Amino acid sequence: MKNKKSFLKNNTVFQALRTNTLLTIGVVICAIWLFVIIFADYLAPYDPLLQDLSLRLQPPCREHLFGTDSLGRDILSRVLAGSRISIGAGLQCVIISAVAGMLIGGISGYIGGIFDDVVMRIGELFSSFPTIILAMVIASAMGPSLFNTLLTMCIVWWPNYARVMRAMVIQVKSNEYVEASRCLGASRMRIFIREILPNSISSVIVLTTVDFGNAILLFASLSYLGLGSPPPAPEWGAMVSNGAEQFYYWWVATFPGLAILSVSLGANFIGDGIRDYLDPKLRKTIS
Amino acid sequence: MNVLRYLGRRLVFTVFLLIGVTMMVYIISYMVPSDPVVANLSARNLNNEEMVQAYREKWGLDQPVYKQYFTYLNNLLHGDMGTSLRTERAVMEDLKLYFPATLELSIFGILFAVFFGMLFGIISAIKRNKWVDQILRGVSVLGVSVPVFWMALLLLFVFYLKLGIFPGPGRLSASLTPPVHKTGLYTVDALLMGDIKVFADAFKHLCLPGICMGLFTMGLISRTSRSSLLEVLSLDYIRTARAKGLRERDVIIKHALGNSLISVLTVIGLGFGNLLGGMVLVESVFAWPGIGQYAYKAAQNLDFPAIVGVSLLIALNYVVINIVVDLLYCVLDPRVRYM
Repeated sequence: MKNKKSFLKNNTVFQALRTNTLLTIGVVICAIWLFVIIFADYLAPYDPLLQDLSLRLQPPCREHLFGTDSLGRDILSRVLAGSRISIGAGLQCVIISAVAGMLIGGISGYIGGIFDDVVMRIGELFSSFPTIILAMVIASAMGPSLFNTLLTMCIVWWPNYARVMRAMVIQVKSNEYVEASRCLGASRMRIFIREILPNSISSVIVLTTVDFGNAILLFASLSYLGLGSPPPAPEWGAMVSNGAEQFYYWWVATFPGLAILSVSLGANFIGDGIRDYLDPKLRKTIS
Repeated sequence: MNVLRYLGRRLVFTVFLLIGVTMMVYIISYMVPSDPVVANLSARNLNNEEMVQAYREKWGLDQPVYKQYFTYLNNLLHGDMGTSLRTERAVMEDLKLYFPATLELSIFGILFAVFFGMLFGIISAIKRNKWVDQILRGVSVLGVSVPVFWMALLLLFVFYLKLGIFPGPGRLSASLTPPVHKTGLYTVDALLMGDIKVFADAFKHLCLPGICMGLFTMGLISRTSRSSLLEVLSLDYIRTARAKGLRERDVIIKHALGNSLISVLTVIGLGFGNLLGGMVLVESVFAWPGIGQYAYKAAQNLDFPAIVGVSLLIALNYVVINIVVDLLYCVLDPRVRYM
């Protein structure tokens, strides 16, 4: 018992959770959504695709807590079911681009020279291109689908990670232990995988948490513009767009929008908390 | 002299960037399996082989892509961005027509963002960890978390439909005639004409979309200015200033603020980029006749000349703003020198 107490007291993560209210709120929000994602099928009171035109545009009531949309579908069920697509898309985008950016940026920084220059300029080009326009072009060219939208998001997203990773790798590769490993005759591949990657990965992981909220927002924006999964699938951005057409029936757009807001808010609270926690300058002033 | 050389280098890089942007759109247009002809001709004309052929010839779509690209670059150097497939007007004309509306909205948005962002950030830093700080930090995180399109709908619903404080979508009420076109910014044009009524109406129309455009940037600025002001406040020279008995207000305004501005400036530059991203969404909710709507329709119709035009304009804006920001560093921080 005594041990446990001192563990809670000394563990800096718990300390961070205790002192930073916003971080705690973020963790709670994300935990709730994780629960919803896993148990969406059991939590949803109705089938999210079930249409009932006799019940169209019902305001929130006891049977339909969030009301119904223009096709009489239960909005609460759709919001819950939509969490899988909308949060999942954000997660996939962040993870895929983080892995891609890490590899590209890492190799680029490790090899250096002209290769490095060219790769980084290409990255700059991708990120200076207006995301939404690029996404719209690709989507209207290849047809709107979840896969195409995700692909576009990754295309514009990886350079951020590549840049951070590259900077870290350049810093890490001048360390003595890398030199030592080389002297022992390790191959470049081995050095890269065993010495450099594990030592430069942390800042990319931080960026991933900070970025997750933005990815959710971008995906919601694209699906609002009609670039996500095709219609019957419950997807938050598309549901808000549906609500925009039913402007006078406020509940149609409000609840899916609140869902987007809550997830990105939670992600931002966590990202901020982690950044504060890791930033030694700020930490010094806290204690 | 150094600054000039720096500027020169940046401008050369800008030219390469712009060429890269045009190239990218052409590569996409080559890779995508769909056809602008299908997107732009009606079904009846599509069955007519002659019509399709004539259309391809008219727009140079029968040439190989690299030839199309070099023709485009050559024309671009002569100030011709080609003709939009959708509006059938010169892209340059279209951009001139739509850009002022977006510019006016962006300026309003960025002013809103800078003013409130800095204000919140400074108050937060001074009242650190007090309840005011917690609330303002919450507001700024809300700013970067809220989906712009949803916020736009919400504001319209509450302030236009329910309360009637602000006017609905569009740039001007239907009962008023737009001011004579001088700058294209309705508010400025109205002031130039001395028409207060039109000015007030145009300004009111700007408020809701402008706030939506600025929210995200406001959140960024407020967070950055808080943390950078806090960082500066922990430095030794601030302790000296306090030790010599300066009032807290003077310490912050005269000593701390200037130095904390530098990192805020970077965020303002970045913020413009976000602004341009939000533009498509905000303009579509508020039916604002600007570049965002134009780009949206161009993308839907695979109107590649227009897409290149818009992308060039946005990339150019982005680069210019960042150069201005970099030059402002020089002014704010005499230690920064561009070699």
